[in-house]
This record gives sequence, C-alpha cells and structure tokens, in this order.
Amino acid sequence: MSTPSSPIPDTPLDDRITAAGTATRPLYWSVRRELWENRSIYIAPLIAATLVPLGLLISRFCPVNPGSTASAADPVKQPAALPTPSSFAVSLLFLTAFIVGVFYCLDALHSERSDRSILFWKSLPVSDLTTVLSKASIPLAVLPALTFVLILATQLVVMLMRSIALLADGPSAATVSTQLPLLHMSLALLYGLTVMALWHAPIYGWLLLVSGWARRAAFLWAVLPPVAIIVVEKIAFNTSYVGSLLHSRLLGGVARAFAATPPSGAPFDPLTAQLTPGRFLATPGLWLGLGCAGLFLFAAVRLRRQGRPI
Amino acid sequence: MPCIDARGLRKAYGTTVALDGVDLNIEEGRILGLIGPNGAGKTTAMNAILGLIPYQGALKVLGRDPWTERDRLMRDVCFIADVAVLPRWLRVSQALDYVAGVHPRFRRAKAEGFLAKTTIRETSRIRELSKGMVTQLHLALIMAVDAKLLVLDEPTLGLDILYRKQFYDVLLNDYFDHSRTIVVTTHQVEEIQDVLTDLMFINLGRIVLGCSMEEFQSRYLEVMVNPERLPAARSLQPMHEREVFGRSILLYDRADRQQLTALGDVRTPSIADLFVAVMGHQAGQEGAAR
Repeated sequence: MSTPSSPIPDTPLDDRITAAGTATRPLYWSVRRELWENRSIYIAPLIAATLVPLGLLISRFCPVNPGSTASAADPVKQPAALPTPSSFAVSLLFLTAFIVGVFYCLDALHSERSDRSILFWKSLPVSDLTTVLSKASIPLAVLPALTFVLILATQLVVMLMRSIALLADGPSAATVSTQLPLLHMSLALLYGLTVMALWHAPIYGWLLLVSGWARRAAFLWAVLPPVAIIVVEKIAFNTSYVGSLLHSRLLGGVARAFAATPPSGAPFDPLTAQLTPGRFLATPGLWLGLGCAGLFLFAAVRLRRQGRPI
Repeated sequence: MPCIDARGLRKAYGTTVALDGVDLNIEEGRILGLIGPNGAGKTTAMNAILGLIPYQGALKVLGRDPWTERDRLMRDVCFIADVAVLPRWLRVSQALDYVAGVHPRFRRAKAEGFLAKTTIRETSRIRELSKGMVTQLHLALIMAVDAKLLVLDEPTLGLDILYRKQFYDVLLNDYFDHSRTIVVTTHQVEEIQDVLTDLMFINLGRIVLGCSMEEFQSRYLEVMVNPERLPAARSLQPMHEREVFGRSILLYDRADRQQLTALGDVRTPSIADLFVAVMGHQAGQEGAAR
C-alpha cells in the first residue's frame, strides 16, 4: 500500500541530489540539532571533568596536613581505601553521563511536542526512525564518546600537574609518566563505556518511549510504574524479583564485565580491574536488555509518527 | 497527475467526525483557498495531506501515500502550520544549517537573500524575534525550497496588516511560478481573494462548494436592490439576502445578469459574502431537514 502506483518522475539530477541526502546527512544533522538544543549534554560533563584537577590544585596550595601532596603524587604509596584521583574522575564522569542521559531522554520526545516545534521538524524530509535514532544516539554514543575524551584529558592534566609538582619538589618526573599505562587505560575505558551503554540501553529506551508518550510529568510516568510493581510484588508474594532485576540493570553491568569487583565502597577503576568481555557477552541479561531496548525504540518510532503537539 | 487526489477521505476522533467523505482533486499550478468556520475540518484535511495523521479513504499527494511516506513526500512539500512552530531555542544560522543539512532541495543562498531584505540577524535566537519576524524567517526557509506543493494553514494569524500584505506579495511575486501548487486556509478571506485560482468551502467535514475563481466570478452575482424592486428580486430565488444601510443586497447563483441589471447595481460578491450565504443556506437546509 505504501508503493505509489505512479511515482513522480525524478530527473537524474534529482536522484543524485536525493541519494546524497538520504545516506548520512539527516542523522548527522539531527544529532547536531540535539546538541544545539541540549547544551547540558557537553556542559555538565565538562564541568565535572574540571572538578578533579581543581580539587588537586586546591589540595596542593592549601594542604590540610603536611605531606598530603607528596602522597597524592605517588599513587603506589597511597592507602588502598582512598580513591585515586583517576578512579574518582572515572566514577564522577560515568555518573554525570548517566544522569545527563536520563534527563535528556525524559525530555527528548516531550519538549518538541509541548513547544509545538514537532510541526516544524515534521515539515522536513527526516523520517521518524532517523529522529528517534538520533535521540537514542546521545546516551548510547555521544555521551560515552565525550566521557572517554574527557576522562583521558583529565588523566593527562592530572599527570601533568603531578609532574610539575614532582619537578618542583625535586625527584624526576619520569617515574610518574612511565607508571601511567595510557594504552591499557584507554582500552579498558573504551570497554567500560561500551559495557555501560549496552547494559543501560533498555533504560534509555524506556525513558525515550515514556517521553514520547506522556503528555506531562514524564519523570513520574517513567519511575512510578516500576516502583508500583515492586510494591505490589512485595505485598502479594513477599518477594522482590523485580526489584533485584532493576537493581542489577542499574548497577550489575560492571560486575559482569570486570573480573576484580572492587571492594564495596571503593569506586570502580578501569586501571586495575581485569576485563572479562567473554563473560559479559555470555550474560543472557545483556541480550534480553538489548531486545527490550529495541522494542522500546521501535514503539517510540511508532509513537513519533502519531506525534501531535500537546 | 493531480497534485492532491482524495476519494472518500474520512477521519473521526472518537465519536466526532472531522472529515466525512471528502473528495478533492487539485491539479498542479493552482492556488486553492480552503475556507470554513472553526472546527469545519480544514486543519484535519491539511494534516491528512501532510501525513501527520492516519485517515480512512484513498489519498495520494504527488502520487504518494502521505501517512506511510511522509519523509519522502516532504522533499516536495512544504508547510507552515497554524502558528509559529519554530523552536524558540534555535538560532537563525542553525535553522539554515539544519534545513540545508537535511533537505536536498533547499538553496541556502536563496534563503539568505530573503533574510537580507529583513532586519533578522543570523546570530539571533528565535525567542528574540518578534512574531512577524519569525513568520518572515519561516517563509524565507520555505521559499528557498524548490517544492511542488506548499501548504499554508493560517499562515498570517496574529500578524499585523503590513506583515500580512507583505506575506502574500512575496509569495506571489517571488515564489509562485505556475508549476507549483499552493493550498491555503485562512479566516482573513479578503486578503486572498485576488490571489486564488480556486475556492473551496468546507463545513462539518464536507466540501460544500468548490469552483475555480473564473467560475466564481461568472456564477455568483450580487445585486443592490432598490426597495421598490425587492419583490421582483426575491422572486428570482436569491441564495441570500442581507441589508446594508437600509438597502437590500441579494446574492444569486447562476442568475441571468441582464435580468439582474434591471433590478439594481450588479457586482461580483466577495468571497466572505458568498461564504456567509453558503453557510447560512446550509444551516437553513439542515434546519428544514430536521
């Protein structure tokens, strides 16, 4: 029914123009459009990334107790319980990216309906699939990529600061720079970010679906149904399967992807943990989650097609 | 191939029937005015044509099914919806970048040329522009697209007279070239009377009148009748009668012009007068049916 019986006769020139137009540009420009509208996508992680070097700088010039700068400069001598600046930066930026992603998704398909701009976006030759994919790519690709760059940059800045501090204090900076395995760290970081994106994909998919469906209070619609199910399950059967399922969905990805689970309380550090991609890929929860994410996104595309100003 | 071809187009929201079996056939190169009271189904018809809502019945726009092929259709169709829908956070330069990035038929230089004639700066955000400027911007974006069909739903709503006049002047002088088709709905009927090539009245989801402007001008006549001739004038079965400054004005459909000239001053009615007459006529018929 979708095939027109008599399509418009396109000239060869038209074909060339449109062929160039359909390939990648609508998706690329739609992602850029998201960054124009939601500047928090890069501003919040940027601010978070400056906090660690800033903290180090303050600790250098306003030491609480003598000798603290020296111990911070040498991660080997640091007590195990205290997070290293690098692992702290990693946790901070992972958390920031997750929070930004959650709030971005809740708003993504809602604001265009509430400000009526959906009528403008729909007047352009961009399919609903492209639009939803561009929005899903923010938490699944853009934020992880940004986090990767920012963490590396933070590590380099911290390393530089330590080198300068060591130079000022006396010993050669060479000992520090050789201790930082940049390649292994980049790989582990890339792996960790991919794991988190894949593991959290159904969460982002669900949030996008709710934002495309709810007329108002998208946050409540996203959060209250799972909470209600947990409460009913607890009262009716005195079990908490749904609760543990959601808990594992939120926090369980890391435990499956890295062998050395960090001691409770200590933040995750890709520098020290051992990668177990085989175990992660063999987790049924990963594939079930990705299946759910696909279903949620498919439903969001269908809803976008019906999308009207609210 | 007709530009828009609808057969038995129907759309219901719950129990409310917004479109009740509409047949439309709009050829290329026409400027159609779709006119009707609030809630008549104008916007629903537009939304169906633009692929924004599902519908029942057969509908082809430029040979395509709008509901299943909206994104492909939008390469050849432009529209301005009833009120300013440009997002307030967008910058003018970003609007140009985005449309140029996704629309294969957009000519950026042309849009910039239009904007150069206005006071709009490319660095401004849309929230900083006045309502008239936002409409100018939207018009500049749309006129730089080499589209086959342009749909305007109350495009000048809320604009002052200067902007409204300029809107249609620009549209006619710089855009319309007889290979494009324009469909426009508006309540400001007088403004588009000289612009249209075709006229269509819609009420309660049905087309109640459809004719070309040539037909309109030859078919409908209005006579300002002197009081003593009124009984004779009424015997010719006018569609509508109204009084202005104590003199009766009678509107006729397919009457003999010479016969009417004997009764008083004969002239072509305005679209607004015909609209009132047709709607009143219809209401009367429905009342009689009940």
